[in-house]
Amino acid sequence: MRGVPAGLVLAAGALLLTGPCGALWAASATEITQLKAAPGSDVTLERCIKCHSVEYIPSNAPAMNRAVWQKTIQKMRERFGAPITDEQAQQILDYLAANYADKP
Amino acid sequence: MLTRRGLLQAGAGGWLTAGARPGEAIAGAAGAAEVLAALPGKRPLIQRAFRPPNFETPLAQLAASFTHNDAFFVRYHLPIIPQLDPLQWRLQVGGPSAQRALTLSLRELQSSFEQVSIAAVNQCSGNRRGLFSPRVPGVQWGSGAMGNALWRGVRLHDVLQRAGVGADALEVVCSGADAAVLPATPAFVKSLPMERALDASTLIAFEMNGRPLPHWNGAPVRLVVPGWTGTYWMKHLTDIRIVPTAFDGFWMKVAYRLPTGAFPGARFISQETPETTPITEILVNSLIITPLTGARLRRGAHAELSGKAWDAGAGIETVEVSFDGRRSWRAATLLEDLGRFAWREFRMVIDTSQSGPLEIAVRARSRNGAQQPDELTFNPAGYHDNIVQTVTVEVA
Repeated sequence: MRGVPAGLVLAAGALLLTGPCGALWAASATEITQLKAAPGSDVTLERCIKCHSVEYIPSNAPAMNRAVWQKTIQKMRERFGAPITDEQAQQILDYLAANYADKP
Repeated sequence: MLTRRGLLQAGAGGWLTAGARPGEAIAGAAGAAEVLAALPGKRPLIQRAFRPPNFETPLAQLAASFTHNDAFFVRYHLPIIPQLDPLQWRLQVGGPSAQRALTLSLRELQSSFEQVSIAAVNQCSGNRRGLFSPRVPGVQWGSGAMGNALWRGVRLHDVLQRAGVGADALEVVCSGADAAVLPATPAFVKSLPMERALDASTLIAFEMNGRPLPHWNGAPVRLVVPGWTGTYWMKHLTDIRIVPTAFDGFWMKVAYRLPTGAFPGARFISQETPETTPITEILVNSLIITPLTGARLRRGAHAELSGKAWDAGAGIETVEVSFDGRRSWRAATLLEDLGRFAWREFRMVIDTSQSGPLEIAVRARSRNGAQQPDELTFNPAGYHDNIVQTVTVEVA
């Protein structure tokens, strides 16, 4: 009873507009596939996007600091079985803590 | 080739009814810009996340008594969401505490059991998480991870009785067809305590507002657990097991839990520990739909406050409104009672005779005596935000 992930179908027909305030206006729902370019962004994108779209990262930034990101990465590895090596986890943590951690 | 103008025209209907105009950013839960985007078969909703899909109903769409199927919020934990053929779909019922195993087609389900309809609010446990202070991780929902619908189906009770409930039955474990990418990721499986599973209001539903369930809301069949938060309303339901022991999956033992004793509501004893307990019932709550914060009301002109109030099924006794910083309260008019699990619309005329800022606070009280609190009870997962809301408008 398993089908194609909906995301793969929709991404092909994605339409995006950028409004004057920087808001994105999408006629069809579409997957965001970019993160801020910085050291560690490649491994972060490549590991995380396997299971979920990466807007979870910027949308959670207000709730995240280094400690919360560390717990989150640990949860992804231990609870959800994400195949992330220790070295990758360190790179991802450094990247997220530097770029998506707005919580004091 | 599609032009920008063409796109705007193509989408304008949805955007306008969503309460925002193309090219105009709407303020998000935390002040960030929000994206309105349409999943197939849905009108543009607030895109909290694309995969797994989490889409929120814009406030203006919550004004209807029954939330339109194509405007109803979408909430998934896992990204692989199959399109199930209603003719091929089967429901397996069994488990160690069932006296016999059943396999039911949709037609058998619909024809072998009495059909009932219930109006009920479906509210995500994490509704308003994005309004939490301090902020907590998770889908950053505003106030629209909820809706009210007329659900039609058969009683879970009747199906369980057909299978035969053993004397040692403790919980009913429900699974759906959506799945994770990785085999190691826990499947989304939830359990209910026996008494809640056998409650006459708990439905195996196949219709929503007189139409087959939308794909994104669990087609062809989902569980409906009126009064309990959406996490128990298993979508794309495929498997029901009656079990003699507490189900120990991740989504029961780790996720969707609250500090024990911190909140009122039904207890899920077999899943409770001294530290934490599963979220269960919705708390009494209300939502102001009009006016919006920042609205300018013309002095002397007619203006009306409106919104919805709901609880876990006791019913709303009163909705009170304060215009003076929560010092004095007056009862709003309650509109039609759509059923004890549905929301109740409230209205009140706003006095616009004086110029100046006006702070409007709304609090609902349940027939069980529970009332919306002023202060948030913080919990790390960001559940149960039912604090009194205020909007500030300007009369000029």
